[in-house]
Amino acid sequence: MNNDAMNLKREIAGTHMMLEELQLYLNTHPNDRNALAKRNAFVKQMNILNDEYNKNFGMINQDASLSTYPWQWIDGPWPWEYEANFEI
Amino acid sequence: MWSYDKILQYPIKIKTPNPGLATKIISQYGGPDGELAASLRYLSQRFSMVTPEAIATLNDIGTEELAHLEMIGTMVHQLMKNATVEEIESSGAGAYYTDHGRGVYPQAASGTPFTAAFLQVKGDPIVDLTEDLAAEQKARGTYEWLINQTDDPDVLEPLKFLREREVVHYQRFGEALRKVQDYLQEPRLFIMPKPDFLRSNELNR
Repeated sequence: MNNDAMNLKREIAGTHMMLEELQLYLNTHPNDRNALAKRNAFVKQMNILNDEYNKNFGMINQDASLSTYPWQWIDGPWPWEYEANFEI
Repeated sequence: MWSYDKILQYPIKIKTPNPGLATKIISQYGGPDGELAASLRYLSQRFSMVTPEAIATLNDIGTEELAHLEMIGTMVHQLMKNATVEEIESSGAGAYYTDHGRGVYPQAASGTPFTAAFLQVKGDPIVDLTEDLAAEQKARGTYEWLINQTDDPDVLEPLKFLREREVVHYQRFGEALRKVQDYLQEPRLFIMPKPDFLRSNELNR
């Protein structure tokens, strides 16, 4: 996978992490307006990043990514492969 | 239901095979305090949980544990993949290789296959959340014993990430437990609510 794809994956993983952390926090603090606003902003960022990945590098979300012909979901590398992962 | 994202929660990129270490890390895949037990525990306990906060907490942490299970499987896969049979034998992974080759099988480091006996669902909100707090601490402890057994930064960084997630989950379960205690109107008692058969005895007296 090329550098652009890896950089985008790095941003996607970071945004996922912010969403995970804010959502778990909001589950036990549902009245925190500030955290909720941050969470919603990260959702918008996530959508933009996922669309950009989908347009340039193929499918990333099983139920949201579009596929060109032929069906791209079966394309590797899968997340558990060395080549699919970026350097920290 | 679930939808799959084709990306790990945290990247795993291990350059140097280490089959001996793989057969220790496998414990967080299918061992007593591993991610499979954690996920099944929370996703099963949520059906009988009370309060919106605690139900969502079990649902979402149970889901995150599946992403951790995938990370652990990835570490075992990459640590085994390019190892020679000689390396496997000399590193002490020969027993695992005999049964599973370079595959990823849910078992403890000691070889015990995964069993649902590693977890409990009591159907009592305080009992279940108390188990969950202990489970997160036991998993944190396991990650620390694993961290003590390697100096490979490619392995250390994801192990440190997973250890930190246990700390966050412990915090969230603690908050959920307090909500449940408030809901059950026994906010100062860190014990089980009195069961119905004891309450009726009081009334009969």
